[in-house]
Amino acid sequence: MTAQSSLNTQTGDTPLLQLKGVSKSFPGVKALDNVDLDVNAGEVHALLGENGAGKSTLMKVLAGIYHPDEGEIRIEGTPVRMQKPMDAKHMGVLLIHQELSLVPDLSVAENVFLGSLPKRSGLFVNNRELHERCGAILKRLNCRFKSNIPVKHLSVANQQMVEIARALVFTPKVVIFDEPTASLTDYEKVVLFEVIRELKSQGTGIVYISHRMDEIFELSDRITVLRDGQYRGTFATRDTDEEEVTKRMIGRDLESLAEVESPEPGERIIEVHQLGIEGEFRDISFDVHAGEVVGMYGLVGAGRTQVVETLFGIRKPERGTIRIRDELVHLSSPADAIEHGLALVPENRKEQGLVLGMNCRDNTSLPNLAEYTRMGWIDTAKETEVFERYQEQLQIKTPGWYQATLNLSGGNQQKVVIGKWLSTQPSVLILDEPTRGIDVGSKAEIHQLIRDLAKSGLAVIVVSSEMPEILTVSDRILALYNGTLTRVFKRAEITEDDLIRAITGQSADAASEPVASGA
Amino acid sequence: MKASLPMSNSSTVATDNRKRVLQFLGKHGILLAFLLCMMIFSLTTDRFLSTGNLLTVLMQVSILGTIALGVTFVVIGGNLDLSVGSLLSFATVLVVDLHDKVGPTQAIVLTIVFTLIIGAINGTLVGYLKLNSLIVTLGMLSAIQGITLIYTSGQNVDIQDQENTWFAFFGREAIFGIPVPAIIFIGLAIILQVVLLKTAFGRKVFAIGGNGVAAAFSGIYRNRMVFSTYLLSAFTTACAAIILGSRVMGSQNNVGQGYELQVLAGVILGGTSLLGGSGSIMRTVIGILILGFIQNGLLLLGYPYYAQWLVTWVVIILAVWLDIAAKRGRLLNDF
Amino acid sequence: MHAFIQSVKRQPIWLFIIACIIFFSFSNEYFFAVNNFQNILVQTSTIGLIALGMTFVMINGNIDLSVGSTVALAASLAVGLQGALGIPMAVVIGLGAGVLIGAINGLIVWKTGVDAFIVTLGAMIGVRGLVFVYTEEQSFYASNFAYSDFGMSSIFSLPVLALIFIALTIVAHILLKYTLHGRNVYAVGGNRKAAIEAGIKVGPHMLINFMLIGFMAALSGILLSTQMGASTPNLGRDYELWTITAVVLGGTRLNGGAGTIIGTLGGVLAIGILRNGMNLMQVPSFYVLVIMGSILITVLFLDKRLNVTASKGVQI
Repeated sequence: MTAQSSLNTQTGDTPLLQLKGVSKSFPGVKALDNVDLDVNAGEVHALLGENGAGKSTLMKVLAGIYHPDEGEIRIEGTPVRMQKPMDAKHMGVLLIHQELSLVPDLSVAENVFLGSLPKRSGLFVNNRELHERCGAILKRLNCRFKSNIPVKHLSVANQQMVEIARALVFTPKVVIFDEPTASLTDYEKVVLFEVIRELKSQGTGIVYISHRMDEIFELSDRITVLRDGQYRGTFATRDTDEEEVTKRMIGRDLESLAEVESPEPGERIIEVHQLGIEGEFRDISFDVHAGEVVGMYGLVGAGRTQVVETLFGIRKPERGTIRIRDELVHLSSPADAIEHGLALVPENRKEQGLVLGMNCRDNTSLPNLAEYTRMGWIDTAKETEVFERYQEQLQIKTPGWYQATLNLSGGNQQKVVIGKWLSTQPSVLILDEPTRGIDVGSKAEIHQLIRDLAKSGLAVIVVSSEMPEILTVSDRILALYNGTLTRVFKRAEITEDDLIRAITGQSADAASEPVASGA
Repeated sequence: MKASLPMSNSSTVATDNRKRVLQFLGKHGILLAFLLCMMIFSLTTDRFLSTGNLLTVLMQVSILGTIALGVTFVVIGGNLDLSVGSLLSFATVLVVDLHDKVGPTQAIVLTIVFTLIIGAINGTLVGYLKLNSLIVTLGMLSAIQGITLIYTSGQNVDIQDQENTWFAFFGREAIFGIPVPAIIFIGLAIILQVVLLKTAFGRKVFAIGGNGVAAAFSGIYRNRMVFSTYLLSAFTTACAAIILGSRVMGSQNNVGQGYELQVLAGVILGGTSLLGGSGSIMRTVIGILILGFIQNGLLLLGYPYYAQWLVTWVVIILAVWLDIAAKRGRLLNDF
Repeated sequence: MHAFIQSVKRQPIWLFIIACIIFFSFSNEYFFAVNNFQNILVQTSTIGLIALGMTFVMINGNIDLSVGSTVALAASLAVGLQGALGIPMAVVIGLGAGVLIGAINGLIVWKTGVDAFIVTLGAMIGVRGLVFVYTEEQSFYASNFAYSDFGMSSIFSLPVLALIFIALTIVAHILLKYTLHGRNVYAVGGNRKAAIEAGIKVGPHMLINFMLIGFMAALSGILLSTQMGASTPNLGRDYELWTITAVVLGGTRLNGGAGTIIGTLGGVLAIGILRNGMNLMQVPSFYVLVIMGSILITVLFLDKRLNVTASKGVQI
């Protein structure tokens, strides 16, 4: 904190954009808790935090999409109140979305000038001016594509550039970049950084949101760290290092994790051999034993979700085999997978996990309705009983089984999903990003639950992009990079450096590592 | 600093109250409308609330209603079926035409079989090939009408010996004073309500309509379920055709024209969402009955039959608007 | 060549039209004649005019089922009132009624947020009621021959109805392709959230489109009544279904965001040519229904196959 106050006095001028004590709650989650942030003219201010730390919420507050519950936003010293996204735009604050907000069938130029197309005689679009102005902006961004092709024909990276071009139509005071490099190649990244530096040299304030350390240290002047919605300090980039901000971001030392004791694993439940789907992932081999938690770790796009979806019969493997209790299985649907004792808590609980309009009890019984059914009739008393059993075991906070899952908090929704799958009595439980968008308290509970379930004899696979999570729960970790399994770590031998190398494809000894560990 | 976004307590309470009123109306609005409609008509005309008149209404809505039962399943499953109107023409023509050629029993069996085959085509296209249900059933509407016309060579059909066939039972007779069409409609409604609420089949229909992806992730075969809902709507349409054929003892080759949208109007009026995942047979029956009572009441009041269409227009939009406003917590959109 | 293949892939309906023209030309001597092509244009114009409006509404992400009833309302007003008010006034009132119905639909969709499908389904039933109330179930006949002559008249030996259709197709094309409104119609239908965030006024654009289709349906109804010299209360039944069929055949996406007037023209011409050709070959019109239905579903199927975007290997 002292770092921040000294920095403020250093710059002297009024910051372009200033947030003071901003808080924002959603049902069950305090997404932002008393957060401060200020951005000066001509600086790149990085916002750092893990998934769920509140970066996205903060950014949406800045862009006028959310209204803060408490706190104040000032632009050039004047307190402002943004009612809607357009207000932010008019005040000179522009957000470059992570999820693209383009109209796929319109041309590049039309997307860039969406809502502000140049006119001719009041009624018509001035095509010449449109393409000339757009061409000039594209040139500034070093884009090679023409302004008249539909954006749906562009690569994701180029679509991202269109988003950025859109911000340059206005003369923005502050531009917010939300994980802009997530889908860019190295070359495109260089171009993007040039653009950011150019904006900066013109006196624009930049908020740069990312969790990639190298980019942040290359680009930023100051770094603000968020953790679990709370402000964790602002640092001048040249006065700090990766270790310090990582500690602030993760909130504990990695060493302490190794102390959790790994139990002796039981029999081999599932064995995957050289599984592959062209263009998604290849040569994936591993096994999971009863009583063991295997973590699957990798960056977005590493193929983690595709692998577990294949295990669960959602995707059809082109190559390789899956054995369950040494029996070769062909899973052609989730129903097959459930039959063989698999359960998947999917990545996106609202889209894949729950029928949100349905009540808790009906959601719980969905995957094995046959268990509750005699001659087609559902035994609702039994359903209620089962749900209430898991409600108690998992501490699901709901007024009753009749509550629509729509009305539950994220954490409780996730517990309903977990309860639903536990009720099928699986032997293999797969959890894909089990704590995404969930508050800290529930997160810890779910981590404990995962350990407990393993202890009770389940084979558990946890997919996550959060390093602390994967380190907390796993006995072994499979590192995925670009669709291949680069390395398998035992808990005792994990170091953060090795893990990062493995998931970024720098692991030299990947091939020599024994892939499936016998226990 | 903390008070920079003030919101007075009184206005919050007012908003809450308004929300609560909206939610209540959204939930029970259709029942209120039903009661209101009954009240107005029973106060303004003497005959309205008589048993005879109520049975007449039940009889009048039985064909529309029977089709609506099956369509409710399709809609809860997240799809539409616009082909039921043509399918009604097809099935009625078939049952009437076959009656004299192969006898009543065989005619009924064959009609149900052929209607189910068409339902299976709908179900395959929407369920297994995952094509847009609106367009598929729109295409089928046209194709089935064409097939019907080809079958009849553009002629109308009728049953020769109308007095001496037990086929008259379905449309013209009554048991304990209750017309058979009404019994079929209400009987099917009760059975299907139980199927929807108490069986695994019904539960799965809700699941695929509420969230098809989550249902698939839970091991439910989405394609099979969609397929089954179309079979069901074909089946209830065949039942309606048997009632209609028996009542008229003949059929025009386009007798069902426009039924598809009337049926949908009843289903929507009952509060079944076009997005799928919610609705009930009981509410569809109420929706259909409201349409029937509006028609009947207005007729008793001396208005021509088409006056009901104007009232239906207003009632449908009000019903759905209230439903949406209740969920949104506001009456109007703000963009 | 590549561009040609691309455009065929986008609008396969033109291939179908060419195939139809070749087929009918060889199988019937009367088909390939200027006279017959004029006939096709006149026959097509009724559905065609409505389809032009429907293209805007559907690209915008909505749908309008009330057009058939609007056809009857406008025709009945124009024929029914002309005795008392004179032809020009009666026609203006007919057109005005169509615009008004469109405005009501548009306002309800905009302000209440009720799905356009439901709003216009209600209007379809209700407006038909209005027609019956006004006409008391009677057909009206145009007493003034000037009215029915108009439907048969020609300019430079081209039928007026065909000329009106062609002219309005060009206007609609320009409106959709070159104006601000047209561009925003795509934006709203393609990504409504992005459009709102970019400050585009979503509601007014939808309102304009509903008024536009109301006008087109009314015009279509009035022109139809000039052809018949009469109006009937049941005029325009099922037109909504035919129109949607034509627009979807022309490649307009049902969920909005994509489509062209040229495509829609192809869609209505395909239906028109098929009907005309089969009529000349003395195939009963029933078969056209079956063929149209099959083509509609086939186009949907091909479109899905050609534009597979799903992730690899997904089998549920």
